[in-house]
Parts: sequence; structure tokens; C-alpha cells
Amino acid sequence: MVRIEMKRSMLARIVPGFTSLVKKGPSGQMVIIGMIIVLALVIMTAMGPWIAPHDPSASRVGGIRIPPNWQFPLGTNHLGQDVLSRTLCGGSIMLQVSALSVLLCFAIGVPLGLFSSYVGGFVDSAFSLVIDAVYAFPGLVIAIAIAAMLGPGVVNMALSIAVVYIPSYFRIVRSQVLSIKELTYVEAARSVGAKWYTILSRYILPNVVPSIVVVITINFADAILTAAGLTFIGLGVTYDIPDWGWDLTNGRTYISSGAWWIIAFPGLMIILLALGFTLIGEGLSELLNPKLQR
Amino acid sequence: MPLLEIDSLAVDYRTSRGTVHAVNDVSFFLEKGETLGLAGESGSGKSTLGLSIIRLVPYPGVIGGGQIKIDGRDIVALPEHEMQTFRGTKVAYVFQDPMISLNPVKKIGAHFVELIRTHEPNVSKKEAFERAKTVLKNLGIQPERINDYPHQFSGGMRQRIMIGLAIALNPDLVIADEPTTALDVIVQAKILDLLESLRKAYQMALILISHDLSIILERCDKIIVMYAGHMVEYADGTELHGRPAHPYTQKLLQSIPNIELSDQKLTAIPGSPPDMLSPPNGCRFWPRCSCTMEICRVKEPLLVSIGRNHLVKCFLYGEKGVQSE
Amino acid sequence: MSEIVRVEHLKKYFPVQKSVLEQLFTRKKKSVRAVDDVTFSIKKGEIFTLAGESGCGKTTTGKLIVRLLKPTSGRIYFKGEDITQLKHEELRLLRRKMQIIFQDPYASLNPRMTIGKAIGHPLEIHGLARGEEKKGKVLEVLQKVGLTPPQQFMNLFPHQLSGGQRQRVALGRSIILEPEFMVADEPVSMIDVSLRTTIIDLMLGFRKELGLTYLFVTHDLAVAKYISDRIAIMYLGRIIEIGSKESLFKNPLHPYTKALLSAIPVPEPKKKREVIELKGEVPSAINIPPGCRFSSRCPFKKDECAQTEPELVEAEKDHFVACYLS
Repeated sequence: MVRIEMKRSMLARIVPGFTSLVKKGPSGQMVIIGMIIVLALVIMTAMGPWIAPHDPSASRVGGIRIPPNWQFPLGTNHLGQDVLSRTLCGGSIMLQVSALSVLLCFAIGVPLGLFSSYVGGFVDSAFSLVIDAVYAFPGLVIAIAIAAMLGPGVVNMALSIAVVYIPSYFRIVRSQVLSIKELTYVEAARSVGAKWYTILSRYILPNVVPSIVVVITINFADAILTAAGLTFIGLGVTYDIPDWGWDLTNGRTYISSGAWWIIAFPGLMIILLALGFTLIGEGLSELLNPKLQR
Repeated sequence: MPLLEIDSLAVDYRTSRGTVHAVNDVSFFLEKGETLGLAGESGSGKSTLGLSIIRLVPYPGVIGGGQIKIDGRDIVALPEHEMQTFRGTKVAYVFQDPMISLNPVKKIGAHFVELIRTHEPNVSKKEAFERAKTVLKNLGIQPERINDYPHQFSGGMRQRIMIGLAIALNPDLVIADEPTTALDVIVQAKILDLLESLRKAYQMALILISHDLSIILERCDKIIVMYAGHMVEYADGTELHGRPAHPYTQKLLQSIPNIELSDQKLTAIPGSPPDMLSPPNGCRFWPRCSCTMEICRVKEPLLVSIGRNHLVKCFLYGEKGVQSE
Repeated sequence: MSEIVRVEHLKKYFPVQKSVLEQLFTRKKKSVRAVDDVTFSIKKGEIFTLAGESGCGKTTTGKLIVRLLKPTSGRIYFKGEDITQLKHEELRLLRRKMQIIFQDPYASLNPRMTIGKAIGHPLEIHGLARGEEKKGKVLEVLQKVGLTPPQQFMNLFPHQLSGGQRQRVALGRSIILEPEFMVADEPVSMIDVSLRTTIIDLMLGFRKELGLTYLFVTHDLAVAKYISDRIAIMYLGRIIEIGSKESLFKNPLHPYTKALLSAIPVPEPKKKREVIELKGEVPSAINIPPGCRFSSRCPFKKDECAQTEPELVEAEKDHFVACYLS
């Protein structure tokens, strides 16, 4: 009973939430569009194995490098695999890797940022120094270095991407905490006798969350592109699972011979997914920031 | 012809959450050299009224109706470039917070020179500089400090500089919006004295906007009391203090601590100022009024005259201005 | 009447960042001497006001007493017990008895906590009540501070309330623990004039009902006169005059007090007041001049004023002043 109650109350909050988002003008609409895109792609990838007309890994289902036609709407690639089926199923690795890396980033970066900035002093300076050093490196370079060390696999890819983006979380959280820490309501909490973990969890964190949400979405977009990049240079998963990044790598040699469809569609999907997350992130940051700065 | 004539002025803020009628049907006039106090609390519309006179109401505010006549000329529909010739030369504004109103990367001399030369392009830099130094002297600031930056001055001195910038071009009307709110009481007295002496010397009219009724009573000839965007009472100082007509004015006067009285009993006004997005129907003060009648909740009262130069917007004074019951 | 709070030679210095050159070439430590040797005591049940202009150290003193700041030196006593060095659990227990309300009603409430949660939180922190019992106490407090109907206000967020209402919430949050002592830091200066009396009346009511003692911090001497029993005037980190409300206002002794009182506007039309002119500006709290710190602006300055700093002496009964002229 309780669960149904909760679900009903959540729905009751979500539906008006949607309509109010649309009313909020271009930024709210950006968020909605972004969410639709992302949701559509996630569902497509999840349903992929069932709705794909051919087995995406089966080679020579048709001829090699056949352009889009009625039988193979998106053509076939150099191995004779159906591009449509590969496109429908190819997002799975990418989504898993990005989701995992975002989770890792969040789980490490946020508490680290909270702790470091709340404690302040030498501890904070030390952490900031290390984090800034990592932040100074171009993301892809670090990801490549770590992925090369760890080897292929979903978890390893996620780890290498996560390291790149932890500094973003740390820095955003830290800058927020530093300013909120000095606000009167935090002082008031101290004056009432609240312990440090209560202050962090109930007074500081809830007010930091809006900015973290924005970072998460932008992080997702970046993670997707980085994952594609890693696969592109051969540091991603190498076993025979359909993957957009993999198709990009292999398909590029065939552009010169005119077989544009091999990389175009997987590439388009990558762009769309990143775009979806970016729209959500940008829209949210516009919506949330004016309220914060009031 | 009066210097300033306001006729049925309405100013609205058109926000995404609805329209706020910040100023409703305000009418008054001001002669050369007079002082007018605009008293009111948050949401009363007094600042918006002040800004509208100099046509600086921020977005999304618009002048929704009425006339603002300066020297007989209606400036509501004046094109912006013509309005700019008015600002500084005819009407000047002193903003509330001196801490943020000066350009921190510009020396104060530069502030003055820019101001003078924008309106009088034929004046040479040297001459503008000299004039600036004279103004500083009148403000009680050492002229040598003309090359200092704003952050090198205290709050009180920055406010003086703001006042100096306002009067530098000898305007006919100065509007001072809460000029002393951010300042301590000793500095406040000095600033108000300065405004008064400059006003007399340059024959300027002054509109003083403040939530502090004490300083308005002390310094202004005529007073307008505003509540929720409406002008609820208008009288000269002695009349307002001696015979306050509107229940809000009466209660307001009774809630100010007077340092010269002992054993004062202060009264509170119940409730809070209304939400300007959805104010109450009828008279906006009725939810907090102890004299409220049936008609107050339904109809908006009109301004009636109850004596020499004493106007009030309240049904207690009927339609003709005699106190009923 | 017994003493509830006592401070002795309280000092709070804030270090100032030196420029690189200064760091290299000088060994002097620069600090802002916010509170510079303050001694006074507050009797149980009284309203004691610390008055002065901005920067005089009154807010800092208030925060030191409730231990939101650590004193640089000096002692603080609460009900006879030295609380200057209290830490952790003992300090937390102390917080139940000493409370503070802040000046800015817009900043003192957590924007993400409902009113009900905010007011009930102190009970939760100290494990005094939970669930239905806690809710009951919160409703009771909401009723007491005049936010009725209480059920309606429980679930509102701060941004849905006006400044006056928020300040009442802050007041409710402080009294729910039934403290014995409260520091009120400019509680009404950011609230509309018509609402101030409500808050002040509430505070006076709680004094009666809970036997609260107040330290009232303000720059508004008119309000101070209305509400206080005793008043101490601070200037640049020091108390320069203390006395009962009557004796201070009837017979101000220190030149600064006289100037301050003369500058306060009176709500009467075109009142002609004799405003005592003070030269110059308040000196910086980093470089306090030797001798009486007010001497640079004092219209009655004598030679000895620049030599040594005057101490507080009893000029008339229970009326102390730090000045060589009396």
C-alpha cells in the first residue's frame, strides 16, 4: 500500500513538473527536448535486440557495403552486417560505460569536495592542489593513458573516464560549499547545536545539489564522447558486440570509396545522445541559476 | 507652472508570473525648491515612482498610463535620446546603495568629468576638472582626493560623491532614494544636512524616498504616504503629523519609537504587506485595518480632499471628504 | 537578581592579510581589533543592549558570547561557569540554553527546509522529541509566534514568506529549546517599520513567559530606548559608556554618546535639533590611535586624552563612562 501511495504521489509531482517546465520558456523546453531524445535513444538501445531486423553481429546477411535500400534501410558495412541493426543495438556499451563513469565520478567527487571544502585549511589546499593538477590535463589524454594501462572492458573504460571528470565535481561542489558555508543559515544551524555531518547533509548538500545536477548531465555528454573516442582509437571493448564507436573506427576507411552510411548513422546516434544530455544540462543550468542567484 | 506634475500615473511590472501594478493612479505636483517625502514600506511602490520620474524603471517595468510633466512637458513618451538630455541637467537621481553605484575602476574625478562633458561637450577636460574640484569642496571632501578610487572612501563619503554627481549639473529636481539607509546615524545626519544646504544653495526641489518616516517628517515640506502601490495620504508635514487621516498613517506614526518620549507604547499593525501579484480586492489595506467597512473589501476608494492640501484615499471620509460616523 | 552572563576582558582580533612586501619586510602582525577588552555582566531577566554604529564590535561580541566565534583572549561566564573553552558535547549542551537570532531574515533560514522542519530541527538535534510529539511542539511554537493557522505554515518554504514572517520563524526556532539566554542581533532592522513592533512585542512576551534574558544588539537607539533595561555604547571595539536606560538618555556623559543621541531623527515635523558635529571619520580598527580611541573626533579633546586609554569609571550610581572629562 505504501509503495502505491508513494508512486502515486511521485506521479502527482512529476506531471505538473513537466507542464511547468514547458511553461518556463526556452530553457524548460530545452530540458524537455533533451529528455525526450535521451529517453528515446535509451529505449531504442534497450529494445534493440528485439526490434532489429537482423542479428547485428551476423556477417554477410546481405552483400558487402551495399548502400541504403529497401532491404537494408541503412545499408550494410564492410563485413556485410546490417547497419540498421547495428545502429539500433550499438548504444549499449556506450550507455553502460557513461552511466558507470558518471556514477563513479559522483560517488567520489562529491563527498571529496564536500569534505575538503568544509574542513578547509591545509587539507583543503592539499586536495585542491592534486585535483587541479589532474584537471589541468586534457581529458582524452588521461583517459587514453589509463585505459591503455588497464586494458579493455566496460569497467576499465568507465574508470578511465571517471578519473577525468572527478575534478569537475570536486570544483563545483567546493566552490558552492565555500560560499554556502558562510551564509547565515549555516551559522544558525551551528548555533542550535547541529553536528558537522548534520550541517553538511541537511544544510549544505541540498543547496549544492542544483549545481551538481547540471554537472551530471554535462558529464554524461562528455563521457559519451570520450567513450566513443576511446573505442575509436582501439582502447574500448574489443569483443564482438555492436558498438557505435567501433563502427566509427572501422567505417572511416570506407568513406573515400563512398560508403558514407557505415559511419554516418552510428556517428549520428552518438551526436544525438550527447546533444540530448547537453540540452538537459544547459536548460537546467539556466533554470536553476537565476533562482540560486536571487 | 509647477516644476513637476504627475497625473494619474500607473507603472506596471510585466513578469512571467503576472502583472504587478506597482504604482496606481498617483497624482501630485511639486514647485521649484520644495521638498517632498515619499514614505512607504516594501512593496509600496515609492522607489518605482521615483524611478519613473526619471524614466529609469528597470525591465520588465513599463509606464502603463498617466503623465509626467517636467516644466509642462510630458516626458512619458519622450524618445530616449531626448530623455538623456533631461537626466542630470533637469532631473537627477541619487541611488540607494553607494557601495555599488560607483564604477570601481574609475577615479572619482573621471566620474565627474565624464558626466560634465557628456552634457556639455564644449567644456574642456581641464575646466571640467576644476568644476569637479569645486563640487568636492562643497561636499566637504578634500579636492586633492579627486584622483582617488571609490574603494578608498568610506560609505558616507561615497554617498556624498553620489550626491555630488547628482547636483554637478545643477538640476532643478533631485530624487534621493533611501540615501541614508546603508549609513550610520551620525553620517546620516550629515548627509541629510548636506542635501539640505545644497538644495538651498542651488534652489533645487527634492524628492526624498524613505521607509524611515522620522527623517521624512523632519526634512520634508510635503509628504505622500504610499501603500501597496497607492497614494493613501498626502499632506504637508505638520498636518500629517498632527491630524493623520488614513488608518495606515495613524498606525505607522504610532509604531515609530520616539527617542524624546519616555514610556512610549508602540502599536503594531497586524498582518503583512500584501503580495503585489495578487493584492486584495477593494482597498488594499483592508485586511490590516481596524476600521474596515463592507465597502472597503469591494471597491477601491478614491482620493478625497479633507482640508487645505490634505488628501486621503479612504472610505471613512466618504465621497465628499467628510468623516462619516 | 543574579548574574546570568558575564564577560571579562574579552578580545577578538581578526588577522589581516599582509601584502607580499609587508610579509617580507615587517614582522608586525596586523589585525582588525574588532572587540578590544570588553567587560560587562548581564542580570537574569533583563534586556541588556549593546549599541553603536557599524564596525564597533557589537555583533562580534554577541557571537562570542554564544560561542559562534572563539575569543582571542578573555573569559565568558554563563551562570557562573566558565564557558570560554568549552568544546564538543559540553558546548552542544550549552547551545540549548543560549540562542541567537540574526539580522537578515532572508539569509537565516535554509531555503530547502520547510518551516516545520526548520523549527523542529533543534528538537531533533538534541534528541528531545520526535514524530508526533515533535510535530505537536512545532505547532505550538508556530501558534506562539503568531503564524496561524499553524498547520498551513508547517509545509511552506522560506521564500513563500515575508521578511517579518521569516523573522518569526527564526524566533520560533530559537525558543523551541526553551533557552535561558538569547542574543538578538539587530532583529528588526531589516523588517518593515509597521511589522517591527510585532516582533519586539513577541520578544518581550517571551521574556515574561520563559524568563528569558536578552542581549540586544542594535544601531537604532530609538528602538534600544524602547526595549532595554540597561544599555552599553560601544565604539571601535570598546565599551565607552554603560548605564540604565533612564540615566543614559537623561544624562549622557560620553561625548560620543551625546553626539549619537543628538543625531537620531525624531518623528516630528521640521524639528530643529542641536546636532553635535563630529570631525572626521571612524578610524580603522587595524590602526587604532593611542590614547582614547575617540579623541581624534572629539570636540572636547584635552591633552591627556591622547596619552592613555581611559577606563570605565562609575560617574553616578550604576552609570559608568570611559572618559577623562567626567
